[in-house]
Amino acid sequence: MANLASGRANGLFGIYVHWPFCAAKCPYCDFNSHVRQGGIDEAYFRDAYLQELAHFASLTPGRTVQSIFFGGGTPSLMEPRTTEAILDAIAGHWTIAADAEITLEANPTSVEAERFRGYRQAGVNRVSLGVQSLREEPLKRLGRLHSVTEARLAVGIAQSIFERMSFDLIYARPEQTLKDWQSELQEAIGMGSEHLSLYQLTIEQGTRYFDLFNQGKLLMPDADLSADLYRLTQDLTEAAGLSAYEISNHARAGEESRHNLLYWRYGEYVGIGAGAHGRLLIDGVRHATATERLPEKWAEQVAAKGSGLVTDDRLTWEEESDEFLVMGLRLREGIDPKRYETLSGHVLQQKQIDELRALGFVEYLRNGNLRVTPEGWPVLDAVVADLAT
Amino acid sequence: MTTDISLIRNFSIVAHIDHGKSTLADRLIQMTGGLDVREMKEQVLDSMDIERERGITIKAQTVRLHYAAKDGRDYVLNLIDTPGHVDFAYEVSRSLHACEGSLLVVDASQGVEAQTLANVYQAIDANHEIVPVLNKVDLPAADPARVRQQIEEVIGLDASEAVEISAKTGLGVDKVLEAIVTRLPAPKGDLNAPLRAMLVDSWYDSYLGVVVLVRVIDGVIRKGQKVRMMATGAAYELDRVGVFTPKLVQTGELGPGEIGFVTASIKQVADTNVGDTITDDRHPCAKALPGFRPAQPVVFCGLFPVDANDFDDLRAAMAKLRLNDASFSFEMETSAALGFGFRCGFLGLLHLEIIQERLSREFDLDLIATAPSVVYEIRLTDGTELKLHNPADLPDPVKIDHIREPWIKATILTPDEYLGAVLKLCQDRRGIQTNLTYVGSRAMAEYQLPLNEVVFDFYDRLKSATKGYASFDYQLADHREGDLVKLSILVNGEPVDALSMLVHRSAAETRGRVMCEKLKELIPQHLFKIPIQAAIGGRVVARETISALRKDVTAKCYGGDATRKRKLLEKQKAGKKRMRQFGKVEIPQEAFIQALKMSE
Repeated sequence: MANLASGRANGLFGIYVHWPFCAAKCPYCDFNSHVRQGGIDEAYFRDAYLQELAHFASLTPGRTVQSIFFGGGTPSLMEPRTTEAILDAIAGHWTIAADAEITLEANPTSVEAERFRGYRQAGVNRVSLGVQSLREEPLKRLGRLHSVTEARLAVGIAQSIFERMSFDLIYARPEQTLKDWQSELQEAIGMGSEHLSLYQLTIEQGTRYFDLFNQGKLLMPDADLSADLYRLTQDLTEAAGLSAYEISNHARAGEESRHNLLYWRYGEYVGIGAGAHGRLLIDGVRHATATERLPEKWAEQVAAKGSGLVTDDRLTWEEESDEFLVMGLRLREGIDPKRYETLSGHVLQQKQIDELRALGFVEYLRNGNLRVTPEGWPVLDAVVADLAT
Repeated sequence: MTTDISLIRNFSIVAHIDHGKSTLADRLIQMTGGLDVREMKEQVLDSMDIERERGITIKAQTVRLHYAAKDGRDYVLNLIDTPGHVDFAYEVSRSLHACEGSLLVVDASQGVEAQTLANVYQAIDANHEIVPVLNKVDLPAADPARVRQQIEEVIGLDASEAVEISAKTGLGVDKVLEAIVTRLPAPKGDLNAPLRAMLVDSWYDSYLGVVVLVRVIDGVIRKGQKVRMMATGAAYELDRVGVFTPKLVQTGELGPGEIGFVTASIKQVADTNVGDTITDDRHPCAKALPGFRPAQPVVFCGLFPVDANDFDDLRAAMAKLRLNDASFSFEMETSAALGFGFRCGFLGLLHLEIIQERLSREFDLDLIATAPSVVYEIRLTDGTELKLHNPADLPDPVKIDHIREPWIKATILTPDEYLGAVLKLCQDRRGIQTNLTYVGSRAMAEYQLPLNEVVFDFYDRLKSATKGYASFDYQLADHREGDLVKLSILVNGEPVDALSMLVHRSAAETRGRVMCEKLKELIPQHLFKIPIQAAIGGRVVARETISALRKDVTAKCYGGDATRKRKLLEKQKAGKKRMRQFGKVEIPQEAFIQALKMSE
């Protein structure tokens, strides 16, 4: 096969399903999500998902699916039988590995928690809950529709239904102090999840927070405090056996999200649904795909053309190796410099590596991998820029 | 046929910017029929874009007017439009020496300005008969009586017969023409003596080649004649001889007192020297005209292309500008910080600005200019003398006996309420006050100042201290010994040559501190902390530290959207390409441009 012969494949393959609807738009979120007050015709959309899957299946024959991820938006607004139909279709097009990870993102409201069993029956074996905070006031300010009590209950229900679960918290929030975060994070760790995603709040263009920030109405932590918050997060999670395997993701050994790893390890993934991204190897060339962002328009296009693709770029070696670097250096395991050479056609500059090593920001592992050290993680973007130049 | 010398009047117009010199010139041309209305372009004489925009004249231009005077005779009036700025003081003095009289144009509401003074004193030095003209008398704010008094008190000219005009409407312009004929003297000269003509100016014309503006003193200059430039010794056979009306008209010859042009197969303007004497090759005159000196650049700076690939284009552009401007000089220079570029010499700051602007505007080049520097005279301990154009080339201080720096005589006119600020500025810049008087409600301060204090940001400071109301003019005076030291800027321990400068010891610390503070803002944080130091010799006089970057990471990635991350990386990579590598530190080019601006 051209892909394996080209040396560009690493055998990883997964499917991302984007559900672009939310009950309300959160003021910090710039993901592709849409609020439809009157509800949606779910059967109509389900058919579009199935049709688009068929299209991508024809482009990626013979792959084994190791991970499926329902993200959003809010996939827990989806009827479990829609989830089931999509999973069945995937199984029909590809081989699903016996130990495949099938994750669904869910909001921890009571309404959604009631559906957990349905998702489990549909085949979902892992949930990722958007808890975001264990404090009432910040939850409101983040625009979340659940309470702290609901979130705690949802975590408990998820733990009893799914073999694996994770939840998200957002920190480095406006006015948050080190002490606030310490107690909140300790409570979170105490809830017994084997996986935690801990994201620092970033101000993204096109969000309400962006406008507020520019009006001076959001007191965001400065670089020093945000660096201290990050350090504190590393210390607390490490002490609890939940050290970071990626910039913002923490897990007990073996409990890492396989889907996340697939992205960071720069595997192949199909992205279906409105505004989904994919990376596919076709005839030895890596394609960067993206679909129409507006759900209704996406569905119309799928009906007309078989897919909602609006972007299908053939990446140059430089673009491909840049992505490999940007993604891979987020991982604790680092990257294999030999794979970089295969993808880019040249070696990483030793001078840059040596300078960064002298600063203690990168290091070689015993297996030959190059990784960014815990000291380098907080300034990862600058480190990667140095290496890629 | 040459013109009867008694019917010739040669004059120039002395004025401050915006007081109406060009408008009056246009009006004179129009009223004497040199051009009809259709041909009149606004301000005919300033032909370069920059000249027109800034209202200044860079090249001397001339126009011959035919005027039928009230005495019934037809006169030939030659107007020389002189360069209007001190940077071109020598050129101005040559243009003035080509005339016998001047019109002193003063805005009847603004009154006398510093530049008016500098120019009128030059006209007086050239023994001119001067006719004061009060312009814009039709404006409501005009106060002719007050300005008349000012002219008498400040300049010491009899203004009782000043002509009141509005160049814009044409009011009173006929009286100006009559005054030129009746009050200015006719030139003197000997028709039969060997040719003696002054080279007033020259420029490059794409059709005619080098055009030389001449004033004939004695004898006749003719088409076909072989002439010799006395300073260079070069001889040329003349192709064309004529005048501008302002249209070019070939007359074949020019006699004593006449002003016109000649062309020959002269390759470049650099082959002609303003002030040189042109004579007949076979029958030369005995003595050259007095007052000739070759053009001397006084201000130097390095010009570097922002994009190193533009180096050849920059060289070509400079060569092209020099075709028409021999006073601008350049030679190749390399800087560790800025790469390949040129060390350029200018007649003054305005000249520097004009050249820079023309390079970027006419040739579309992005440039970095290093801090302007003056020419220092250095005496080494072994007795050798050298001239220093670039502070980076300063010899080892132990080998230096002393350094002399150029001083200027400056005249500043300012509304009274800003006088304190002006005096303080001059004081801070090591100025020595020589005179302080009042011109109506405005103060006139005369100072001696070191030129190197002026080339920094003196203009900008003066402007902001006086809300733009002060006017400033200067003349080079002499070189004086000064306690000057080289201030080096070190970034992460590495000296940055482009930022080094020669400053007076007393100002070194302050300037070093300002530079360090600026650079701290201009250089982005790196992965390590960066000391920025200002040092004299080995002694650090100011220091700032850029702390290491602590946080720069994208927290989250949306559903496998690697594209966004890649785009961010591509942007970072592109940004790095615009940086200059300095040891381990990357300095954005903007930082050099901003740091060298010096004004806050």
